[in-house]
Amino acid sequence: MKSIRIGSGAGYAGDRLEPSLELIEKGNLDYISYECLAERTIAIGQQAKLKDPSKGYNGLLEYRMEKALPLCWEHKVKLITNMGSANPQAAAAKCVEIAKKHGLTGMKIACVTGDDLLPVIDKYMDTEVWETGEPLSKLPGEIVSANAYMGVEGILKALDQGADVVITGRVADPAIFMAPAIHEFGWSLEDWDKLGKGTIMGHLLECGGQVTGGYFAEPGKKDVPGVGHLGFPIIEIAEDGSFFVTKVPEAGGLVTVETCSEQICYEIHDPENYFTPDVVADCKNITFTETEKDKVVVTGVTGKPKTETFKCSIGYRDCYIGDGEISYGGPGCVERAKLALEIMKERLELVAPGQFDELKFDLIGCNSLYWNPDHPMNSEPSEVRVRVAGRAKTKAVADLVPNEVEALYTNGPAGGCGAVKRTRDIVSVASILVSRYDVKPEVQVFEV
Amino acid sequence: MKLWEIAHSRTGDKGNISNVSLIAYDAKDFEMLKEKVTPERVKEHFKGMVHGDVVRYELPNIHALNFVMYAALGGGVTRSLSVDMHGKGLSSYLLDMEI
Repeated sequence: MKSIRIGSGAGYAGDRLEPSLELIEKGNLDYISYECLAERTIAIGQQAKLKDPSKGYNGLLEYRMEKALPLCWEHKVKLITNMGSANPQAAAAKCVEIAKKHGLTGMKIACVTGDDLLPVIDKYMDTEVWETGEPLSKLPGEIVSANAYMGVEGILKALDQGADVVITGRVADPAIFMAPAIHEFGWSLEDWDKLGKGTIMGHLLECGGQVTGGYFAEPGKKDVPGVGHLGFPIIEIAEDGSFFVTKVPEAGGLVTVETCSEQICYEIHDPENYFTPDVVADCKNITFTETEKDKVVVTGVTGKPKTETFKCSIGYRDCYIGDGEISYGGPGCVERAKLALEIMKERLELVAPGQFDELKFDLIGCNSLYWNPDHPMNSEPSEVRVRVAGRAKTKAVADLVPNEVEALYTNGPAGGCGAVKRTRDIVSVASILVSRYDVKPEVQVFEV
Repeated sequence: MKLWEIAHSRTGDKGNISNVSLIAYDAKDFEMLKEKVTPERVKEHFKGMVHGDVVRYELPNIHALNFVMYAALGGGVTRSLSVDMHGKGLSSYLLDMEI
């Protein structure tokens, strides 16, 4: 039975490059896909594109492609990525430039567009926003991006036209991993069980090292060999949709039932209904079987018909967040840190009464990650870090929080040290559903 | 004993919703986890942090529970004032639960 090998080149926008190069060289791959687009990334890309029409794609695109394109060409591995972010055309143009420079004559580089709904966003103003339950028109700030999560369709068109490299904007994460299987095996786009398997395959690959022992190590309980040179995963999938997870033997990390179990549950809600643009996957009865070292066979996955809607992420200007930190150490440090927080509360009320939408007062080391009031700290730490964060509608007000934290040096308790401060312009993300028929993927192919 | 002794966990985030898995190392502990670690118990454990419902799903063949916690991330990853905007540390806190 025919099978192909698909590698994961990146699990997030800023992921490490070396493991992906190792995969291209030693993984005996047919395809490698780089997943580089978080919920908010594209909204930030859209703003970059507004300032400079040749920008708006992943900031590491050039760094990655300089190394990956020549290697992929040499080893006959096709590359798919959503690093196009808000500007897949510009990203493709940059890749053509890099490929030319390396003499990769004949390489076909495609971009997939159609996810950008910003030009037609006005027609959705009455659509309900998931997060607020209110119509889109009631969002508090200016909308700066609107991108539908597309499925495999555009990527398939590009592969059908012989593309060696496919660059997309927003597509569902599993799609960039599943498209090669559909293309190679000629699966029907209504073969729900196969698409279910392909989607779960993509889900296991989409976070890179998180299935090969990254984000897993717990010394003494879950030890990970060679985590310093952690490898990224490979999935070998056959024509009938059966597949297994593995890695390059010499790479660090491990592939076990436990690593796969943690990753399958990552960012899913109801395992019987994992909604994607291409299929509703069902992994409730998933089973992992370790058949040999670092090889896990995955079974028990099915699929159900896709829905009529696509999820669309809306980026909007929301607020400003200012935060500052300062440390206290030695005997009595917690009492001094608590005093610092009391001072901060009084001063912020003094300088900007009622002007913060929300404030948060943390003692890092005591209660910044968890603040269940019934579970107080049970022993005195040797140092503690005060952190105060505030949300405001203007930068001037938000700035007051970090400035007042820093001022605790000369105006607060004894021994304050190591203050840092920052204020961020926050673009938030809201979600709506749009009709799948409003989204038309388009493909352009450039030959080097 | 703490859940940490018999189970492992990972957290994911979507907007203001957090999902925390709880995976028994040994399949024989799964029934006990199902009985003891109810959605109500989890909601109480995350008091002050999780403001919405907690819904529990099961993946029986990998002896895993998946807790979906609504209104759990300080308004959402992009606008949370928390140090841990994604709530990635919530898995470690679940494993601190005594059973």
